[in-house]
Amino acid sequence: MNAFLIILTGSLVAITCGLLGCFLILRKMAMIGDAISHSVLPGIVIAYLVAGSRDSTLMLIAAAITGVFTTFIIEFLNKHGRLQSDASIGVTFTWLFAIGVILISAYAGQVDLDQDCVLYGEIAYVPLDSWITGSGINLGPRALYIIGFVLLLVIFFIVIGYKELFLTTFDPAFASAIGISVTLWHYLLMTMVSITTVASFELVGAILVIAFLIAPAATAYLLTDKFKTMLFLTVIIGVITSFSGYYLAEWINGSISGAMSVISGLLFALAFLFSPKEGIVVKRVKYGFKTN
Amino acid sequence: MSAEIENPVLEIHDLTVTYSKKPVLWDVDMTIPKGSLAGIIGPNGAGKSTLIKSIMGLVPIASGYIKIFDKDLKEVRKNVSYVPQRGSVDWDFPASVVDVVMMGRYGHLGFFNYPKKADKEVALDALRKVGMDAYKNRQISELSGGQQQRVFLARAIAQQADIYFMDEPFAGVDAATERAIISLLKELADKGKTIVVVHHDLQTAPNYFDWMVLLNTRLVAHGPTQEVFNDENLKETYGGKLTLLSEISKLLENKRFPAREAK
Ligand SMILES: Nc1ncnc2c1ncn2[C@@H]1O[C@H](COP(=O)(O)OP(=O)(O)O)[C@@H](O)[C@H]1O
Ligand SMILES: [Mg+2]
Repeated sequence: MNAFLIILTGSLVAITCGLLGCFLILRKMAMIGDAISHSVLPGIVIAYLVAGSRDSTLMLIAAAITGVFTTFIIEFLNKHGRLQSDASIGVTFTWLFAIGVILISAYAGQVDLDQDCVLYGEIAYVPLDSWITGSGINLGPRALYIIGFVLLLVIFFIVIGYKELFLTTFDPAFASAIGISVTLWHYLLMTMVSITTVASFELVGAILVIAFLIAPAATAYLLTDKFKTMLFLTVIIGVITSFSGYYLAEWINGSISGAMSVISGLLFALAFLFSPKEGIVVKRVKYGFKTN
Repeated sequence: MSAEIENPVLEIHDLTVTYSKKPVLWDVDMTIPKGSLAGIIGPNGAGKSTLIKSIMGLVPIASGYIKIFDKDLKEVRKNVSYVPQRGSVDWDFPASVVDVVMMGRYGHLGFFNYPKKADKEVALDALRKVGMDAYKNRQISELSGGQQQRVFLARAIAQQADIYFMDEPFAGVDAATERAIISLLKELADKGKTIVVVHHDLQTAPNYFDWMVLLNTRLVAHGPTQEVFNDENLKETYGGKLTLLSEISKLLENKRFPAREAK
């Protein structure tokens, strides 16, 4: 039962991150996912200090705000400070993350978050933290509800905004020309990334969040030329990663998050080497993975 | 030199555009009459793309105004088609030909509406017009340069607009595609649509366009081709680029404009 719960949680995180990751990769914004997953830290610490509780809704809202704020600073430095986009991303998220770390250490006594947990998470504890109703009924792990809710939110977002997201990703100039706001959709996407990141954070840690944001989508990208197929493959790859990651960890008696990261990297390597589409390896390496 | 016309479909007044304070377009005043096939001509860096982008509301305007059908762009968006420079998008993007052409319908669909059967018909019809219907399910990463340009054109046609702005639709395309595109554009113009094309090949320009805008940061001249396409205006547009100038005068002496060689 515990194995099932952990694999299920891992899969939900992988799917949520992966679906957004597809858009990030095609927008050549993989680094932004990286940045946001770090820079939401001060937001959640401040929310925690102010509210004095680890209420999930509050955390998600704090993360959304910090994420949008991060995106805004990156855009600002890039457009008005005329800093290259990778430099703006690097500067922004490192100092925000640093503020988060300082806050945690300064208020160590009060904050029930520690740096190891933020970076590495602990998915093994998922089954331990159950949601128990007033009358004592065990409804299963709390984490499952949170990530489940976020996944539904992300799916809803992609379904209603599919054509806007697709078009602003492929051809932003044409999108603006026909009156679709590129900026609005950019910020909405970043809001989703922030919420997803924070919901996944505690479960799997920042490193696996980044791996899940990028690796399954990148793997799927190597395997298909169709966008909908790419979304679908990302979901499958996410589930495979979670499943085999769990058993790898079991086998070597190691960290589950670590094992899942390793598997996601491994699957990418396999796709990279053996993608059935001939010549694709060279082509994609050249054009597909600019990180900004 | 400028031309005064009645009921212009495009009217630009005192337009100035700057990129970080450096003027790229300076005080441009121009009009384009309905049904014309107009060429925007000028050397590299003259601001041709910027002119189109400012018409499409993609770059901020420092001063002046632009009216399309005597209105602001916002009010007539559905009536305006845009073909960006082909190189402005990633052609390795996982999309099919019909996916891209369907984007031409998005402006008519509104938020949360998926394309309907009628939209599909329009998209397929547009593909037929550019001779690409056989490729509708191809992935765009598999297309040649000329085919990519045809797909962009089909997307613009699918917008079913009355005025079209195209940035270098002939750049890097094969001769057959160039001929196909120009005859399609002429057909559209004959139906009363207005076509505005950024172009930099002086040899073909006078054959293609009945209206011309000669641009080099400032507007050099605009009007009917036979009135503005002359030695003096071209010299002013292209400045001291000698090799080019001698080519132009040779061209003007002969008054014969041979078709461009295929690449
Ligand atoms: N985004 C930009 N930022 C700064 N300068 C730009 C930008 N886009 C174009 N320019 C400059 O503006 C001038 C006009 O560019 P453009 O409109 O693309 O010319 P054309 O299309 O006629 O070749 C060029 O000098 C170009 O370097
Ligand atoms: Mg240009």
